[in-house]
Amino acid sequence: MLLAVIGRSAAVTVAGLVILIAGFLLLHAQPALREIGFVRFFADASWNPSPGPEGRFDIVPALVGSALATALAALIAVPIGITAALGSTFFVHRAVARLVDSGVGVLAGLPSVVIGLWGLTALVPWIARIRAPGASLLAAALVLAVMVVPTIYVASRGAFKSIPKTCLDGATALGMTRIGILRAAVLPTVKPALAVGAVLAITRALGETMAVVMVAGNVAAIPRSLFDPVRTLTANIALELPYATGLHRSALFAGGAGLMALTWSLVVLGRCISRAWSGEHND
Amino acid sequence: MTEARIHRSTTSKSDVAVQTASWLALVALLVPLGLIVGDLLMRGATSLSPQFLVDSPSKAGREGGIGPVLLSTLLVMGVCLLVVVPLGLAAAIGLNEYLRRGGFAVRTVRIALDVLAGTPSIALGMFGYAFFCIALGMGVSILAGGLTLACMVMPLYVRLSEQALRTVPDDVRAAADALALRRYTAILRIVLPVAAPGLFAATGLALARALAETAALLFTSGYVSRTPGSLLDPGRVLAVHIFDLSMNVPGGDGPAYATALVLVALLLSVSGVPRLVRGFTRRWSHPV
Repeated sequence: MLLAVIGRSAAVTVAGLVILIAGFLLLHAQPALREIGFVRFFADASWNPSPGPEGRFDIVPALVGSALATALAALIAVPIGITAALGSTFFVHRAVARLVDSGVGVLAGLPSVVIGLWGLTALVPWIARIRAPGASLLAAALVLAVMVVPTIYVASRGAFKSIPKTCLDGATALGMTRIGILRAAVLPTVKPALAVGAVLAITRALGETMAVVMVAGNVAAIPRSLFDPVRTLTANIALELPYATGLHRSALFAGGAGLMALTWSLVVLGRCISRAWSGEHND
Repeated sequence: MTEARIHRSTTSKSDVAVQTASWLALVALLVPLGLIVGDLLMRGATSLSPQFLVDSPSKAGREGGIGPVLLSTLLVMGVCLLVVVPLGLAAAIGLNEYLRRGGFAVRTVRIALDVLAGTPSIALGMFGYAFFCIALGMGVSILAGGLTLACMVMPLYVRLSEQALRTVPDDVRAAADALALRRYTAILRIVLPVAAPGLFAATGLALARALAETAALLFTSGYVSRTPGSLLDPGRVLAVHIFDLSMNVPGGDGPAYATALVLVALLLSVSGVPRLVRGFTRRWSHPV
């Protein structure tokens, strides 16, 4: 009886954390939303925050920075992750596939700060050789791609593995080409799972802080090229919260709450995709 | 293992293209890993020595070692596990053994856990700062950092423990019911011992995730690299040390790499050891 009560209340407590988190972020964001107002976050001339309302609180460069870095990272990581999973499931020798699987496991387990350290000391100098300063949108996108590619690989590999062997053998017996089999027998089944993997990866990329803050250059302006520095929403918080006070701090909380809202909607989107998929299968 | 393969029947140009593309993708996937691990080993090993693990950092970390940082890390992880394991295990037991499977409560808690798992760690750091440090008056401290990390790894730990509990077949539960065992006796004496290796592995993986975290700790356990005197003192963990050395300390790359090597070694051991233990127990114990 006691264990039943403890178990149930623990489950509810754990779920309640979500409400607690949302509540506290919004509570601290409230002064900024009230005194600066929602409009000024988009209409101010620049991001020059101050503890009082006289500062400038334009959050658009950070939003654009986050969106660009995430989109570019997804553009790099999604095709590579899916194609690599395709290869190790269907084409390469099983030993190679196993090697890649464990390699991806190690990559997924590397702390983001370690990937950021590598980005800062190896990748940024390489990019700087092409065009200074090196710490740039491109560096941020590449580092993010390295971070999220395991997520895509693992999700896609699981989806490809779940295809029954008989399907593939049947298609082969019909004399179909490999690409024909992929198009006709494989892709239609796995498409939703691939989409869920991509959404998950985008969620992670959007929320990633450390690796990005270390390589992105962190200038709060809209970049004009791949080689310009950017500052993401997450980097903005990591850099400024330690010393921010007053409305400045509250504005950072508002940014954090916005980030949370964005990622939560992505999580819900992912669930919707996978639910629509399993519903389709049950019918 | 009947893993499906696509065998070659007819060869077309497009087939060659698909194959080449997948090889290229595999290479593109593994090259960064090789580069990172190579750098880590080469640049980390040069600054690493037994003395490095015990000495205090000096000159902002350019010299000396990571003794106090290691201690702070252990304390933060200790706080985190002390909260995550009992609470998370209780939640997993509630979800898997008591609440109606597939019922409203279970579905709601699962969604909440998914959402929590998708929350960016920096947002959790802000929450930890607002809730533990300010509202609960803990200040920037090891305690606040450990509790924030606990919130972060909770979804992972609950999901993995649930999976471990699910490996125990329902027949076992039915048999226990048929013998008129109380539910909690069945859970404590039969289900948990059988699931123990999986639960152990879940703890290892949760710990690995916590060790790797930086962003959630920036504002909660802080940057101070002194040896902490109590859980209410701030303390710098390994990941934050790497961040600070590489970003704020010119010439800190060497010790940053050495610290990174220590961190990765720790990570691999906490996530790998339970797996070894599981292999061992599987070989030597009789299956249920």
